[in-house]
Amino acid sequence: MTLPDSDTPQSLYAAREPIFPRRVYGKFRTLKWWLMAFTLGIYYITPWLRWDRGPNLPDQAVLVDMAGRRFFFFMIEIWPHEFYFVAGLLIMAGLGLFLFTSAAGRVWCGYACPQTVWTDLFILVERWIEGDRNARLRLHRQAWTGEKIRKRGVKWLVWLLIAVATGGAWVFYFTDAPTLAANLMIGQAHFMAYITIAILTATTFFFGGFAREQICIYACPWPRIQAAMMDEDTLTIGYRDWRGEPRGKLHKGAIAEGQGDCIDCMACVNVCPMGIDIRDGQQLACITCGLCIDACNDTMDKIGRPRDLIGYLALTDETAERAGKTPKSVWKHVLRLRTILYTVLWAGVGIALIVALFLRPQIDVSVTPLRNPTFVTLSDGSIRNSYDLRLRNTHGEDRYFHISLTSDEVLRIALEGTDELRVLVPANQTLEQRVHVIAPNGSEAATEDRTQLRLWIEDLLGNERVSKDTIFNGKDD
Amino acid sequence: MCAKKVTQKPGDVPTTGHVWDGIEEYDNPMPRWWLWTLYACIVWAIGYTIAYPAWPMISRATPGLLGASTRADVAKEIASFDEANSAIKARLVEADLAAIPNDPELSSFAQNAGAAVFRTNCVQCHGSGANGFAGKGYPSLIDDDWLWGGDMEAIHTTITHGIRNTTDPDARYSAMPRFGADELLDRDQIAQVVEHVLQLSGQPFDAALATQGEVVFAENCVACHGEAAQGDPTQGAPNLSDAIWLYGGSREAITQTVTYARFGVMPNWNTRLTEDEIRAVALYVHSRGGGE
Repeated sequence: MTLPDSDTPQSLYAAREPIFPRRVYGKFRTLKWWLMAFTLGIYYITPWLRWDRGPNLPDQAVLVDMAGRRFFFFMIEIWPHEFYFVAGLLIMAGLGLFLFTSAAGRVWCGYACPQTVWTDLFILVERWIEGDRNARLRLHRQAWTGEKIRKRGVKWLVWLLIAVATGGAWVFYFTDAPTLAANLMIGQAHFMAYITIAILTATTFFFGGFAREQICIYACPWPRIQAAMMDEDTLTIGYRDWRGEPRGKLHKGAIAEGQGDCIDCMACVNVCPMGIDIRDGQQLACITCGLCIDACNDTMDKIGRPRDLIGYLALTDETAERAGKTPKSVWKHVLRLRTILYTVLWAGVGIALIVALFLRPQIDVSVTPLRNPTFVTLSDGSIRNSYDLRLRNTHGEDRYFHISLTSDEVLRIALEGTDELRVLVPANQTLEQRVHVIAPNGSEAATEDRTQLRLWIEDLLGNERVSKDTIFNGKDD
Repeated sequence: MCAKKVTQKPGDVPTTGHVWDGIEEYDNPMPRWWLWTLYACIVWAIGYTIAYPAWPMISRATPGLLGASTRADVAKEIASFDEANSAIKARLVEADLAAIPNDPELSSFAQNAGAAVFRTNCVQCHGSGANGFAGKGYPSLIDDDWLWGGDMEAIHTTITHGIRNTTDPDARYSAMPRFGADELLDRDQIAQVVEHVLQLSGQPFDAALATQGEVVFAENCVACHGEAAQGDPTQGAPNLSDAIWLYGGSREAITQTVTYARFGVMPNWNTRLTEDEIRAVALYVHSRGGGE
């Protein structure tokens, strides 16, 4: 960032300094290409995967069914009352971020964040159409000639197509993808689908094409939070200034006497997608993508100096190296009490979720005792309590649920609106059924303040039953 | 781990002059896009207050150029719901009362509509739980005892015309004589018949008085309440042999009732509710646990 001269009054605002990252080769760049292909692949392909669930249920492997209030994930089906699974997944995602951040700093930012991945993709397109850094700089400074208009136009068009595809893929997660794709083409899709695609297209186009590092620096809260998770053992990207300084240009292809290894070639600055100079030290804008490491190693190879003038480095390493000692190995940084603790917590939540997933009953029932009034006196003097049962049939077919009760006291059960003790719950639906429990006149339950009772709900076809404990209120006078 | 020592040089960004532990605060300019966003928001806010109701005046706020009104929106929404429900309401009006519970769609609509009607119009007397107020003359609608009958037809008639009101000639009507106040029975006779009623309803009673009361009961009460005191829903005569007492079943309360009689009233709802609303609330009441 250039600074204003002291004799000119300072402006109220700072214009964004355009950044033209140069192409770079190396192991971190290769890793980033693979991760980009992997993450984008997951995003674009997932809605198209099919999973057979039988009749009456969608065959999309991953589907957030808002209208049916259901979340489908391969063999797993989550109902609204089981939303704690999603909460659990979010907790795991949070703990995972803590783990990775405490071990290796902002790896999420540098490699996996959608903002980074899409910006990377947009820069790739930019390079294909407008050329590498120098060509782009030239084009930037050039007047609006036919060539510039053509190149910019093509670039923005390709960006727009990517943005549309991004917004378009998002809506496929919420409804049957092939049907929606066909409807989108013929203009028959839901209004909300078009609005969602339009909004996501606009944000993708703007964030990936123009806002880029501004999002990370000004808009994203994560860089601020991360500072709390990093410590002296956390790997970040650092410049070995004790090796590199004083920096100076090569003279006759050699490093002059008394100079450090840094030949001030600016390769690390030119490749940086955030437009920073890592030699100033670790800073807020650095997303630790590793591209400066690749760039510097390339230069070091060329001038025949050892690699890793810029490299992954923890604060303890820096202290050790300055003192001439051997730094800790990478594993010692990654495996330490803090990261192990995060891993244990993360795995603990994961195991709890899996156990809960296998133990959850297929019949789901909730019992709400009616408390207004707590009891009703019938004409023969018997006392009646009522309960609202919500019976959830998660099967793809209609099921009869049989309802009964057990108690130490004499109690009789009856269902509202039917003489039978069973109700038909339609497939994939929740049925509310009022149940009356009656204690005979003068019986223990009728005169006791509270009596324990257990309601049994049995799925006659699935041969499965669950029970719910509740309370019977007697006439408390 | 800042490798470069930060020193203030001429031409650097000025500092605000705040220093904490040797750390100075830069007075960096804001990003231009951020500032633009701020200005755009200000312009938007001004435009918004012109387009929408905003500035408070003496009697009401400025209406705004777009004529937006949440009240009108609600009215429109209500109208659209009425429009959407008109078909099923028509079906409800035409349906056979006894058959409504067997039609799941109609029944579900009537249940929800009825609950809303009940909450607005009925809870003041019958309570939000529809359990009435025992002893105060507001009957429970969820027990199995009905003064005027508990099938759909009877409940519908009661709601439509009400009870003992002066506004509907078809209102259900019956009046118990004021046996004490009008001196139809003397104090002793009343005491005797009260003991007999206590006996009939299975409560502790004085055997000698009750035996005498049996005669008083046969002469004065069986015409309406029946031989076995089981009551008569066709004329609103309550069952005196059960455990449910609209005005209380104690010796004092029954004495009061026999002496002064009771005259509970209920408004006729045919002037306030539409036929579909009456049918809906009848079904709602019928399904609360007491319907016959």
